[in-house]
Amino acid sequence: MDFSIIIDNLPLLFKGLGLTLQLLVISLAIGFVLAIPLAIMAASKSPWLRLPAKAYIYVFRGTPLLIQIFIIYFGFSQFEWLRESYLWVIFKSAYWCAIIAFSLNTAAYTAEIFRGAILQTPKGEIEAAEACGMSRWDQYRHVILPSAFRRSIPMYGNEVIFMLHATVLAGVITLVDLFGAAKIINSRHYAPFESFISAGLFYLAITFTIVFIFKLIESRFLKHLKR
Amino acid sequence: MSEVLGGYLPMILKGMIVTVEVALLSLLLSLILGILAASARLYGGPVAKAIAASYTTVIRGIPDLVLMMLIFFGGQILVNKVGDKFGWGYIDIDPFIAGVLTIGFIFGAYMGETFRGAIMAVHKGEIEAGHAYGMTGFQVFRHITFPAMVRHAIPGFFNNWLVLVKTTALVSVIGLEDMVYSAKVAGDTLRQPFTFYVLVGGLFLLITAVSDLAMKWFERRYNVGGH
Repeated sequence: MDFSIIIDNLPLLFKGLGLTLQLLVISLAIGFVLAIPLAIMAASKSPWLRLPAKAYIYVFRGTPLLIQIFIIYFGFSQFEWLRESYLWVIFKSAYWCAIIAFSLNTAAYTAEIFRGAILQTPKGEIEAAEACGMSRWDQYRHVILPSAFRRSIPMYGNEVIFMLHATVLAGVITLVDLFGAAKIINSRHYAPFESFISAGLFYLAITFTIVFIFKLIESRFLKHLKR
Repeated sequence: MSEVLGGYLPMILKGMIVTVEVALLSLLLSLILGILAASARLYGGPVAKAIAASYTTVIRGIPDLVLMMLIFFGGQILVNKVGDKFGWGYIDIDPFIAGVLTIGFIFGAYMGETFRGAIMAVHKGEIEAGHAYGMTGFQVFRHITFPAMVRHAIPGFFNNWLVLVKTTALVSVIGLEDMVYSAKVAGDTLRQPFTFYVLVGGLFLLITAVSDLAMKWFERRYNVGGH
């Protein structure tokens, strides 16, 4: 191990870390917002709502994220009408394609977590809400979703870690995230141990931080379940 | 069909065989490592327990692609350092081997956790009954713990397998000519990247669907006499 390579390249690694965290937070935020209507649809009794949502979830969970990102970044260039439209500004940029792919992907996984949690809502809670004269909308807003979110916290924590690890694919489509930075260091110095072990330690540190944050969130919101 | 795909369909199917080969060999390796990891955590001494626990933590904390790059490029250096001493000349690390080793190593950790949970779910009374009949430790494992464990492990096992199959897409990044790599070559040549990536996405869904059927069959088979 040649530590001078790591020290010389720390600024690059930290820059990569910044992009990794930025991609992670933005994609998780968009994915979370998309997941709520998707989960409500997927948990619905009406097949018109349920089947499209379930198909979306099935396709995005059943195919590799690498393929999804390649379809969006490389695949869409096949269509001339898209290349000539205003949307091309977005689809020619690796950054936006990464955000779109990550958001759509985490939306599917998160929706599946929420769907399970919505279906687990105790009947009594819904009956109580109905007895109070709440509309369907109010039931979702005040009863079903808050308790479903709470039940989802542990599973959602895992999804956040999976998403962190998935952001390396940004480095595959030329972005300089943490993984992209490690790739650059490796090709400059031919130093695979120095570059990938230090990137690995960065990822390990972020993973532990996420685990710690979710422990805090759980102890705050799932206090009533502790014995 | 073959006209639409410009005669590239055989190449894609050849790539699919590579994908399935990588997946099955990694699965085999992950099963071996998983059994070792689970035994170490359940029955091992303090050292074996610590090694198994840190194996699981490192794998869960570091992205798969970072580990793959480390093994691919780092392995190259290590092998040639050893090779220099023995005068073997230059040895190229095969992306196939690097891919199988990495994916098997990663999913060994997940399999280990699945098996550990499944063994812990076997009723103590059944194992005690075996000992009471004068069975040896191995007989108890062979006739009681193992069959009961398999039943508990099926859902987790198949879940790991489905994630593993999707992870094989990453071997295209280190240059192995799998399904994704073939789609890239064909799509770039014909300027139809969308068509080929969507096709390969569909083939991944096909593998998922076949695996689902297999899981249902196994569950029925192993639930004979079950709860």
